[in-house]
Amino acid sequence: MLVLIEQSLNGLQFGLLLFLLAAGLTLVFGIMDFVNLAHGSLYMMGAYFAATFVAWTGSFLLGVVLALGATLLLGIALEFVALRHLYGRDHLDQVLATFGLILFFNDAVRLIWGPAGLVLPLPAWLTVPVQIMPGVFYPAYRLSIIVVALAVAAMLYVVVMRTRVGMLIRAGASNREMIGALGINIKLLFTLVFGLGAALAGLAGLMQAPILTVQIGMGENILILAFVIIVIGGIGSIRGAFLAAIFVGMIDTLGRAFLPDLLRMVLSSAAASTAAPALSSMLIYLLMAIVLVLRPEGLFPAARR
Amino acid sequence: MKLQINVRNVVVALVALGLLLLPLYSAATGNIFILTLFTRIVIFALAAASLNLIMGYGGMMSFGHAAYLGIGGYAVGILAFEGIGSGFIQWPVALAASALYALVIGALSLRTRGVYFIMITLAFAQMAYYVASGLSRYGGDDGLTIYRRSTFGGLIDLSNRVQFYYLCLFCLFGGVYLIWRIVNSRFGMVVQGIRSNEQRMQAIGYHANRYRLVCFVISGTICGLAGALLANNTDFVSPAGMYWTRSGELMVMVVFGGMGSLFGPVIGTILFLLLEELLSQFTEYWALVMGPLLLLIVLFARGGIMGLLGRVGRG
Repeated sequence: MLVLIEQSLNGLQFGLLLFLLAAGLTLVFGIMDFVNLAHGSLYMMGAYFAATFVAWTGSFLLGVVLALGATLLLGIALEFVALRHLYGRDHLDQVLATFGLILFFNDAVRLIWGPAGLVLPLPAWLTVPVQIMPGVFYPAYRLSIIVVALAVAAMLYVVVMRTRVGMLIRAGASNREMIGALGINIKLLFTLVFGLGAALAGLAGLMQAPILTVQIGMGENILILAFVIIVIGGIGSIRGAFLAAIFVGMIDTLGRAFLPDLLRMVLSSAAASTAAPALSSMLIYLLMAIVLVLRPEGLFPAARR
Repeated sequence: MKLQINVRNVVVALVALGLLLLPLYSAATGNIFILTLFTRIVIFALAAASLNLIMGYGGMMSFGHAAYLGIGGYAVGILAFEGIGSGFIQWPVALAASALYALVIGALSLRTRGVYFIMITLAFAQMAYYVASGLSRYGGDDGLTIYRRSTFGGLIDLSNRVQFYYLCLFCLFGGVYLIWRIVNSRFGMVVQGIRSNEQRMQAIGYHANRYRLVCFVISGTICGLAGALLANNTDFVSPAGMYWTRSGELMVMVVFGGMGSLFGPVIGTILFLLLEELLSQFTEYWALVMGPLLLLIVLFARGGIMGLLGRVGRG
């Protein structure tokens, strides 16, 4: 029971991280019709920036804030220099160009920080276990990830649904040309949205960094999970991305934790221990296949087009 | 089909001739390195040509083609590991396994269009990658060494560099010829028609997704053959060989050369791999140059090399 609670919280935490990544991806896709493979690179850069700035300043919070700002600026610069020329182009062009950016970022990181990974040490006040229920302890840092991610998700909801910028974002998603014709500076809006997405990716990266090591290519596997989430949730839908992200995070974490034991009940112990790792990493893809068969447009498609 | 003499066709003929004569050059100069390099290039060219069939002619942007390289390779590797060394068994199994995988993935992925299709083929290929990493009996993450190349009962010796090179080249030319026949057949016309206007083809009475699926399976099967060749070439298969960046590289090769041109992917592969080789001799960080170069090509040189040559020929 204890393990179940702990693993469920881990699943929730992983799902929320995935949401931060998927939200940026789906916003950028929904509004600019732009597929950004380099989104995972921004996630990686967020983690590297955080590790560097925390080491420089000696303060975890200050380093994290600086890293967030740096990722935001990097995203805006990236949009300004290269990506804005790709809007309106074929999706294949966008995929190839951003694939080129991934190659570039991976080697740039290798050149600057070296091939070995970095560690982002946690301050002492985040390493203590917190009692969340009588007799149930959970690491403070993981708990803080859940809190921060939920806060960001709520903020994102308020910004998109309740503010003027959010209104423009939603209008842009349903008809780009029209809001341009109404005199809105659409280029600025695009840059803004891209920066926001970059900052979200960077936030996800730097929050994950203390749990895993900071290393080259860390953004790629998680980017593919974000794709799976977008496909399951329905492209362009933030609500869909949120629900699908939690769902995928839960299934992935719980599958890895409990599938070996479940398999051991039906299979011999040796067969179970060989099949379980492969099966648990396949689980979410199987889930995606099932969703595709039943609802090709995703579970919560954005009501547009 | 009447053969025209223009820049593009002359370049294609020269490249084909060069590939045919390469072992002579290698033997004359004693340069073995160039032969092994070009064996690799020829194998990847076959994979790129198979991807071009669905990307260039079918309009299906598959971002998971590396999975077939892996499946074809693992079929050879696993059978060799289990003591079945005959290529007459290994290779058909490699083709059948790739075809089966393509059938299942294609049937699921083709329910979607556009970006979804790109993402889904990518995700499924990544799933195949994880499955390969989970095969602990066959090396898991570390991969599987193949101690003996496929045997063909004395017909051909795959351990002989020149014979193996010509086998690969034969497969490449055969593959390109097959694709040429497919593209110009009634079936190929339907597939291309579906690419340009699906609704109209549906209205005429063609079952668009069935044609697409068959095309997808053919492409995957050809790529599976490339996988079997690649495994024999490196004497090794590993999950790393089917990582998603490999799929991206295959896409780049196709676009470098010119999507939807028959011989373009071959030229694109030669250029891409030679460039990679060249850059990695100057610097360890070759992707630092390759990445931005890719961006520039996408921005300014659509249509790839074949597109440029076509323009030279006209202008």
